[in-house]
Amino acid sequence: MSKVRVLVGTKKGAFIVSADGKRTQWGVSGPLFAGWEIYHMKGSPADPNRLYASQTSGWFGQVIQRSDDGGKTWHQPGTPAGQPTTTPEGMTKGESNKFVYDASQETGKPLTTHQWYDGTQRPWEFKRVWHLEPSLSDPDTAYAGVEDAALFRTTDGGKSWHELAGLRGHGTGPRWQPGAGGMCLHTILLDPRNPNRIYIAISAAGAFRTDDGGKTWKPINRGLVSQYIPDPNAEVGHCVHRIAMHPSRPNVLFMQKHWDVMRSDNAGDLWKEVSGNLPTDFGFVIDVHAHEPETIYVVPIKSDSEHFPMEGKLRAYRSRTGGNEWEPLTKGLPQRDCYVNVLRDAMCVDSLDPCGVYFGTTGGQVYASADGGDNWSPIVRDLPAVLSVEVQTLP
Amino acid sequence: MIRVVLPAHLRTLASTGREVKLEVAGQLTQRSVLDALEVSYPMLKGLIRDHVTKQRRPFLRFFACEQDFSHEPPDTPLPDEVASGKEPLIIIGAIAGG
Repeated sequence: MSKVRVLVGTKKGAFIVSADGKRTQWGVSGPLFAGWEIYHMKGSPADPNRLYASQTSGWFGQVIQRSDDGGKTWHQPGTPAGQPTTTPEGMTKGESNKFVYDASQETGKPLTTHQWYDGTQRPWEFKRVWHLEPSLSDPDTAYAGVEDAALFRTTDGGKSWHELAGLRGHGTGPRWQPGAGGMCLHTILLDPRNPNRIYIAISAAGAFRTDDGGKTWKPINRGLVSQYIPDPNAEVGHCVHRIAMHPSRPNVLFMQKHWDVMRSDNAGDLWKEVSGNLPTDFGFVIDVHAHEPETIYVVPIKSDSEHFPMEGKLRAYRSRTGGNEWEPLTKGLPQRDCYVNVLRDAMCVDSLDPCGVYFGTTGGQVYASADGGDNWSPIVRDLPAVLSVEVQTLP
Repeated sequence: MIRVVLPAHLRTLASTGREVKLEVAGQLTQRSVLDALEVSYPMLKGLIRDHVTKQRRPFLRFFACEQDFSHEPPDTPLPDEVASGKEPLIIIGAIAGG
């Protein structure tokens, strides 16, 4: 029977929550990396036992962790404890935590500047990895979206990371600015049909696309309207919170922006608003049903100044029409006195039938629905604030 | 052998106890101690000082013999008591956060 493994990153460690395909009885293991912020954990589609985790701390900085056995054991790639500290070639290990912007003449871009909160220019400075996106075909290849916004790639299983500097060096860089949570690259979508096409999103610069494997990038923000920036229709500067895509239709994108839920049918070249009858179109997460490409999910949040559900009622919303027409999903979710948030990397879907939908809250609950959103229940509760939720569907 | 006391999270990463012992060649300074520490425990690279600039991470401090050496230049000699192993160099995280 199939199984699901839910990877939960929190403010104080990681947890793995597992069940069989019925998704009724759940087991929780953890905390892993206790006391550290785990911004994101994700498994390789090519090898589900290969997991990557971003472990970070305001005191000690960034650590990349890797598991080769489905999360039972972990190590920093290239630096297993108790083993020699140099490779047979004499190279010093310990590079897996090293995220250095590529300013070399051959492959990189000069260390450019971006806009700071006060309007001044400030050089890029690495702070943490927000999102890890393993390759669809190679377990040793993965992408890392970092703050200050840039995209890194490993091709050796996380032992070393190299910037795809064409993105940071895009000519609009000086107009990028941090959102309230920092200038983070938080979304990485790999096109399953075209390995040279990648979508990314940055708060608060917007969405970008490469069609040449990451060498050059193009802003894809036409149609976004952000009333809170000097030019509401600007080429860059939009606070995109999340983008989602169904693998069968990689040209169709859905976006939860700071305000507005958006849709593009041409790979981001043009967006249109599909907020429709949502009670508020502010929010962070958005995802697509595994088997119905026109069925999408969001969790509306009251406003940018009040990051909690409206009226204390936690409601996911589902559209079966690709947007505009939304229905509230409430069964099993708290409908009074609930003032949690659902952060941008904290929603996912499994690929079972019926499709499972999952989201985690800043109150430490992870809610799951094993029937596409009709009924919900907490699969774990009282964890530290949840930063990210990913699910693996296992044979 | 000199002694270095690590904060709890770094002990976990390095799979060590509270205190590690190191051989340090030449004059004993913050830089020479951290260089030796990172050779023995490469998983700590970048977590005490920046990978490239080698600047101390802002929320970490270096103490020895009841003195704060955090703002001393990295090549300032450390006390003889540290060099002899009588006293440890203590790397400590700021008491902050939630």
